Amino acid sequence: MMSYNKIYDVIVVGAGHAGCEAALAAARMGCCTMLITINLDSIAHMSCNPSIGGLAKGHIVKEIDALGGEMAKNIDATGIQFRILNTKKGPAVRASRAQADKKLYQMRMKSVLEKQENLDLKQGEVTSLYIENNELRGVNLRAGIRYVSKTVVVTTGTFMRGLIHIGLNNFPGGRAGDQPSIGLSDQLCSLGFIVGRLKTGTPARLDSRTIDFSKLEKQFGDVLPKPFSFSTYKITMTQVPCHIAYTNQKSHEIIRSGLSRSPLYSGVIEGVGPRYCPSIEDKVVRFPDKDRHQTFIEPEGLDTTEVYPSGMSTSLPIDVQIPFYRSIIGLERVEIMRPAYAIEYDYVDPIQLHSSLETKIVKNLYHAGQINGTSGYEEAAGQGLIAGINAALRVKGVDPLVLRRSQAYIGVMIDDLVTLGTKEPYRMFTSRAEYRLLLREDNADLRLRDIGKELGLVSDVEYEYFLKKRELIAEELDRISIIRLKNSDTETKVLSTFGIQDIKTGTTVEALLKRSEISYSLLAEMGLVSRETPDEISEQVEIQIKYKGYIDRQLEQVEQSRRLEGTKIPPQLNYSSVKSLTTEVSEKLTKNRPDTLGQASRIPGVTPAAISILSIYLRSFSSKTDQSDV
Amino acid sequence: MYIRDTIAAVSTPPGNGGIGIIRVSGSKAAAVCDSVFKSVGNGGLISHRFSFGAIYDPLTGNKVDEAMAVFMSSPKSYTREDVLELHCHGGWFVVEQVMASVLSCGIRLAEPGEFTRRAFLNGRIDLVQAEAVMDIISSKTEYALKLAEQQSEGALSKCINDIRDLLLNTLALVEAYIDFPDDDLGDTDIAAITATLENTQRVIADLLLTFEEGRVIRDGISILIIGKPNVGKSSLLNCLLNENRAIVTHLPGTTRDIIEETVNFDGLSVRLLDTAGIRNTDDIVEKEGISRTLDKISHADLVLAVFDASRELDSEDLMLLDAVAGCQIIAVFNKSDLQEKLSFSNEVPFLDTVRVTALTGEGVELLKQRIRKLFLSSSMFDKREFIALSKARHRDALVSAGQYLQRFSSSLQDQNLELLALDLRSALQALGEVTGQTATDDVLDLIFSSFCIGK
Repeated sequence: MMSYNKIYDVIVVGAGHAGCEAALAAARMGCCTMLITINLDSIAHMSCNPSIGGLAKGHIVKEIDALGGEMAKNIDATGIQFRILNTKKGPAVRASRAQADKKLYQMRMKSVLEKQENLDLKQGEVTSLYIENNELRGVNLRAGIRYVSKTVVVTTGTFMRGLIHIGLNNFPGGRAGDQPSIGLSDQLCSLGFIVGRLKTGTPARLDSRTIDFSKLEKQFGDVLPKPFSFSTYKITMTQVPCHIAYTNQKSHEIIRSGLSRSPLYSGVIEGVGPRYCPSIEDKVVRFPDKDRHQTFIEPEGLDTTEVYPSGMSTSLPIDVQIPFYRSIIGLERVEIMRPAYAIEYDYVDPIQLHSSLETKIVKNLYHAGQINGTSGYEEAAGQGLIAGINAALRVKGVDPLVLRRSQAYIGVMIDDLVTLGTKEPYRMFTSRAEYRLLLREDNADLRLRDIGKELGLVSDVEYEYFLKKRELIAEELDRISIIRLKNSDTETKVLSTFGIQDIKTGTTVEALLKRSEISYSLLAEMGLVSRETPDEISEQVEIQIKYKGYIDRQLEQVEQSRRLEGTKIPPQLNYSSVKSLTTEVSEKLTKNRPDTLGQASRIPGVTPAAISILSIYLRSFSSKTDQSDV
Repeated sequence: MYIRDTIAAVSTPPGNGGIGIIRVSGSKAAAVCDSVFKSVGNGGLISHRFSFGAIYDPLTGNKVDEAMAVFMSSPKSYTREDVLELHCHGGWFVVEQVMASVLSCGIRLAEPGEFTRRAFLNGRIDLVQAEAVMDIISSKTEYALKLAEQQSEGALSKCINDIRDLLLNTLALVEAYIDFPDDDLGDTDIAAITATLENTQRVIADLLLTFEEGRVIRDGISILIIGKPNVGKSSLLNCLLNENRAIVTHLPGTTRDIIEETVNFDGLSVRLLDTAGIRNTDDIVEKEGISRTLDKISHADLVLAVFDASRELDSEDLMLLDAVAGCQIIAVFNKSDLQEKLSFSNEVPFLDTVRVTALTGEGVELLKQRIRKLFLSSSMFDKREFIALSKARHRDALVSAGQYLQRFSSSLQDQNLELLALDLRSALQALGEVTGQTATDDVLDLIFSSFCIGK
C-alpha cells in the first residue's frame, strides 16, 4: 500500500455534522488536519429533517457556538425559518429551532472548510485503521493509499455496514444515494470493540407542486428571527412558512394493511430504533386509540420543490407509501420524489470511551456522532467538536477537555454515553440534565466562552464583545441591587395599573423585579432602569434575578455532588476485592469501569449503599497506596 | 467469579434454651455444611428441607451434638445468599462448641444486624423493611409487633411507592410538555396536574398524621407520676404494675429517686416513672429528688398528678399544678374511698380527672383505659391492616417531600413547568430516601410509553 508523504496531526473520517466540527476545531487549534469523506458533495448533509435545533438540541448548538464551533453560524446564514419554542414556559426550557435550506447549508459548510488553514479535504473510503505495533498510525483507503497521522477521529454516521430497507427489499448504502463503509466495523470488532446495530428512518420527500396548501394550516416563524450564534448580528435569509397536516383513520388502515410487508414487524430489521422518533407504522400500532397524527410539511430549501413531512418516516413498501401519503388531506395528488426508508448501521458501544471521547481500547483514536449510538445533527456536532478539540490537545500534550454535567448539555450527553452506554439511538432531552435551570440557551456564552477562547477557537473580536456583555450584566445587577424605590408618582401609577399596592418605599429594584408581575421593561417604564439597556443584558438580569431561588438551589446540588464527581476511581480497580459490594453491582462496575464515583452513582442498579461502600474503600485504598506501592 | 466472605452467628438469644440455632450465610455455607454436619440418612442435603444428623468438630473429628440442619440455596434465602441453619441443643456450652466448629471452617463471625444488611444490599428488602426487621426483633407489645410486621411485609413501602408513582407520572407529563412542544400533546393540562398533586399532598398529610400514633406504638410512652408526698404515688405505681415494686410506707418522702418500670397496657408499652413527692423541704437528698422530678416533666408523654382526695387543696398542690402546666395531664384523685374534700376551684384549669383507690385497686382499670385512649385511636385497630409512620427519619422525608410540593400551583399558573419539574424531582428524591430507591431515568420510559412522541 502506498503511503502518502505527509504526516497529519489529526485525521477525521467522515464529513457529516460531527466530522466538520472535529476537523475545523483541530485545524483552528493549529493542527495539521485532514478531513476524508466518501463523497465530497455530501459534506454536512442533512440526511433526515431539514432543520437544526429544538428542545435541548438548540441548547447544544449554542454551546457549540460559545466554544467556537461552526454549526450555529452555518444555520444562521442558511436558515429559512426561525422559531423560539416554549416561549410561554420558563427561560431554561426555551429553545431555538430553524428550518434550513439544505443545499445552502452544505455549500456554506464546504466553503468554510475549504477556506480553513491547516485543513486538507479528501474523498475516499477508509476501510481500516492503520495500526502498527499496537499503535494507531493512520488510516488505509480502499483506493490503496495510506494516510499517516498521530490521531484519528472516526465519525462514520450511518455508513458503517449501512443497510437500507424499503419494504422487504434491502440493499447496502450509507444513505439513499451513497455507498456504505465496509470493513472498518469488522476491524473495530476484532480490536475488541463491542459493535451493535441500530436503526433509524426517514420519511419520503414529496413534490410541493402536487400538494394543495390551501387545505393546510400555515405555520410561520417568529416575526423577528433570532440567530443561534452569539456572533451573528442579523438573519438576512428569506423566511418561509411550514404547513401542518394530519393523518386520518383511512391512513391508519392503509398502514395496517401493509404491516405484513414491514421489515420492522416481520423481523427483517434487527437494529433498535429510537422510541422518540417512531415510524408512522410504529405510532399506529403502539397508539391505536389516537385517531390522527400530526405532520409538519417542511421545505427542503428555497429553490427546490422537495418537502419533508416530519414524523411520517416509514419502511413500508412503496406501493403502501403512495396511498398512505395520498390519504392525508391536502396531499391527495402528491407525488413522491424520494421514497421513505429505514436504515440499519453499526455503532460502537460508547461505554468503551473515556470522557474525552478517546477510546479505551486504542490510544489516540476518538469516536464521535452516530458511531457512539447517538442520533441528531446537533448531538453529533457537539461530540465532533469535543473529539476534535481533544485530538488536538493530545497532539499538543495537554490534558483533555471534559465538560461537567453542571456545565453543558454536551457534558451531560458525553457523560451519559460513556457511563451508561446506549441501547437505542440517544437523543438529548432537557429532562436528561439534572441541572437544567443552569444550562440555558441564554447563558451558553457565560458558561463556555472562556473555554473556547483559551482553546483558541474564539476570535479576539468575538471575545472582546463577550467580555463587554459580561461586564454590563454585572454592572446592571449591581446597580439594581442598590437603587431603591422613591414612591414617585410614575412609580405608583405604573404599579397600580398592575394592581400592586403593597410596595414599600425603599424596596430595592432587585426585590421588585423578583415579583412575577414585574418585568424589566416595566421597570424601564417606571424610570427605574434605562430604556437603552440592550436586550441581551436586560434578559440576563431578569432571568438571574427572577429565578435566583431555584438557581441557587441547583448550585447547591452541584456543590453537593462535587465530592462524588471529584473522586477518581483507579482504572484497574478490582471490584471483586471490595468487601460488601453485591455481585450484581460489582459486575456492573467491572463492565462500565467508571472514571469517577459520580459516574458510578449514575449507573442503574448501583445503589447509594454501594457508593458509600466504594467511597470508604477508595479512601482506605488511597491511604494504603500512599504508604506502599501496591 | 466474585466471592463474598461467609459469615456465621448464633441466632437464638444467649443463655440456656430448648434449641440453639447457628446461621451461616455466604458462598461457603455449603462447604461448612459438608465439613461439620453428617446426616443420618443417605445422600446430601436437599435445599429448604430439614435433615437430621450430627455435628462434628472438623479439626478433631469428635461429635459435638445431634442436630437438624437446613440448607437454603441462593437466592431463595433470607440474605439471598446460600444460607445454612444448624439447630442443635440449646445449652450455651453446646451452642458455643457448635459455633467454634463452624468458625473453624475459615469463616468469620457476623457483625450485629449483618444478615439483615445483606438482605437489604442484595435487594431482597428495601430500607423500610430492613428497619422493620429490627423493630420486629425489639417489639415489646403486640401492636408494635404488628406494626413492624406490616412494615416488613412492605405495607408502608407500598404506600410510599404509590405516592412516588403519582409524582413520577406527573413528572413524565410535565417533562413531555417541556421537551415536545411541537408534538400535538395539547395544552398543558393544568386541571389534571393540580388534581393529582392535591391528591398527593393529601395522602402525604394523612400519612404524617399517623406518625404520633406510630411512634407511640413502636416506642411506647412515658408516664410521670407526681404528687405531694404520701398521696399514694407508689401505691398507684404498684397497682398499675400489679406488684409490689416501690416501697410503700406512710413516711413522707420514702421514694427519693425515680423508679422506672415498663408495663404493657393492652398493647401500649408504657414506661412508668414514679418520683419523689414534691414539697417544700430542707432535706438535701429529698431536694435533689424533687429537682430531678421537675427535670423529667417536660420529657414525659403524660403526667399523672396524684392528689389525696380526702384532703383539701393546699399551696403545695397548687405549686405542683404550676410545675406541670402545659403538659398532658390526668389528675388522679386517690383515696376516693374516704370522704372527698378535694375540689379544684376556678383558679385551677380544667383537668381530666380519674378517681381511684390505690390500696384496693378500685378505678385503676378505668385509668388504664383512659390512658390508652389518649394515645391510641380506637379506629386504628379496627382495621385488620394499619399503616403508620413510626420513625422520625420517615416523617422528615415526607415532610420535606410535602414542602417541595407546596409551590406547585404558582409554578403551574406561571407556566414555569421546569420549576415544577425541579420540585417534583426533589420530592421524589426525598421519598426515595425512605425506601432507599433513587430517582432514576424511569421518567423517559414513562413518557415514551404514555405519549405518542415523534414528529
